[in-house]
Amino acid sequence: MTSLLDVGPDLGGVSLPGAGRTAAGHAGALFGDSELARVRADVPILARTVRDGRRLVYLDSGATSQKPRSVLDAERGFYEQHNAAVHRGAHQLAEEATDAFEAARTAVAAFVGVSADEVVFTKNATEGINLVAYAMSNAATAGPGASRFVVGPGDEVVVTEMEHHANLVPWQELCRRTGATLRWLSVDDEGRLALDDLASVVTERTKVLAFTHVSNVLGTVSPVAALVARARAVGALVVLDACQSVPHLPVDLPALGVDFAAFSGHKMLGPSGVGVLWGRAELLAAMPPFLTGGSMIEVVRMESSTFAAPPQRFEAGVPMAAQAVGLHAAVDYLSALGMQRVHEHETALTHALLGGLAELPWVRVVGPTTTENRGAAVAFVVTAADGDQVHAHDVGQVLDDLGIAVRVGHHCTQPLHRRFGVAATTRASFGPYNGLDDVQALLDGLHRVRAVLG
Amino acid sequence: MDLYQELILEHSKRPHGIGLREPYSAQVHHVNPTCGDEVTLRVQLTGEGADVALSDVSYDALGCAISRASASVLHDVVVRRPIAEVLATHTAMHAMLTSRGGVAGDEKVLGDGVALAGVAKYPARVKCALLAWMALTDALAQAGSDVAVLTPPSPVTTVPTTHLEETVR
Repeated sequence: MTSLLDVGPDLGGVSLPGAGRTAAGHAGALFGDSELARVRADVPILARTVRDGRRLVYLDSGATSQKPRSVLDAERGFYEQHNAAVHRGAHQLAEEATDAFEAARTAVAAFVGVSADEVVFTKNATEGINLVAYAMSNAATAGPGASRFVVGPGDEVVVTEMEHHANLVPWQELCRRTGATLRWLSVDDEGRLALDDLASVVTERTKVLAFTHVSNVLGTVSPVAALVARARAVGALVVLDACQSVPHLPVDLPALGVDFAAFSGHKMLGPSGVGVLWGRAELLAAMPPFLTGGSMIEVVRMESSTFAAPPQRFEAGVPMAAQAVGLHAAVDYLSALGMQRVHEHETALTHALLGGLAELPWVRVVGPTTTENRGAAVAFVVTAADGDQVHAHDVGQVLDDLGIAVRVGHHCTQPLHRRFGVAATTRASFGPYNGLDDVQALLDGLHRVRAVLG
Repeated sequence: MDLYQELILEHSKRPHGIGLREPYSAQVHHVNPTCGDEVTLRVQLTGEGADVALSDVSYDALGCAISRASASVLHDVVVRRPIAEVLATHTAMHAMLTSRGGVAGDEKVLGDGVALAGVAKYPARVKCALLAWMALTDALAQAGSDVAVLTPPSPVTTVPTTHLEETVR
């Protein structure tokens, strides 16, 4: 087997053999060795070893990313120097904490090309999507101003077959609560959304079209423009799950034409416990709240209350200020790297992995096998010499023994796995700290899987 | 690595007693929600009162090598045994698998199951090994056996899918 590392000591700005725009898609440009070394040095956890002293080969950034020291320092620095409940109190710490929290909002907004007052901090993307779904069921009793969010019997909510459970179950539940009907767009054998039935599935009855920007399993990038155009034509709201796009490629949310987008901080080098829901200003202004309580009110009387303007209307309770500050540091870090370069680097790694897997006849990639319109997650199944499938848990266990961290299971996409006739897959997903050595370790590890499990 | 001993791989490739058989007293279907592993398991009880025995366990399993091997071992060590003995075996297997490596397991009780001892060191895999065993106790309970003796409750739970289907439209 040829080693990917044989292609030269420094691939920065140059490229893998066959790189460039080819029939197999764009290979992208890797970070240079020294730049990759710097990024790795910035991420403390990568210095530890696992399973008896082995180098950590972390290929599970699709689940959660590892954190640069600047993110950890920002979170700690907030607690050490500025900690107070934001938007409360007139003391100096409260002022500094509020400023830090709002500066984070401004920075995250700029990172995805939106205004700060359109950014709602949530616990994570799951909460962001639930926020919209619950606001829609609350709309039925929220007065005429909220009428465009009301759904009921006869209305339809459309998702896709490749959604993460976080962008499926909240909509199933919205339909259950309101009597609306859930429909979905299917996925073809290559793992691309089948648009043939777009016009028949997204119709005048459709009130919401919710879909993922990039599949967390297949890596497929959704045809956003076509989906948005159809939603516009029928007057449906568009909700984008941006969890696997915002951390990995440049994203300008308004340019995509969607109405809402949700993403999680922990998948983009930030802390856990903070996520973002973005909504168009005029929609947030008309949308009723989901969680209620402190911070989100205007005037409270014993009988009833009025609510604050967005984004505070959607941020009940003392918010996750330290985590937002950490996320601020994360977007600064990503911006300094440059999202286009992060995307190209990860695309080059994906190209190398897909190429390596293509040489293993006993590995089947579930999803597109080129980097065309593809993100940095690669799911696959391994077949044993006797023709039986090696279960993903067993693949992951042998890889783990080598220090390689991958995701195994259904990756919160049971319907998608059912669609492809597999109970579970193994998924490798990249972050900016990964290199060709990680790809090589995985490919070598898969040979070991075959040796151990036949 | 010690997790995949030859004995485990042998059981997983050719699971003993696999296949669903008639007649049966009760059937259950359990899944491991974190990875989608599934087992359909039937028990056939014969005898009366204190003489009730587990005359057959038949099953169909979709899962990893560990979960399949564990189901195969289960068939080996519980079929044609009195219920009290089956429950004692269950307790011994559960104790070994949840011991984090502290309990080696008694070959006289667990048979080839002692080869699963390595699983206990990998908390994420314990539920794979327990899947068929949790299905077994559920099936025994549904067939009318008193399984209350089985305490403490498992720290890892598998989910009967009837429950899942109620929550999903």
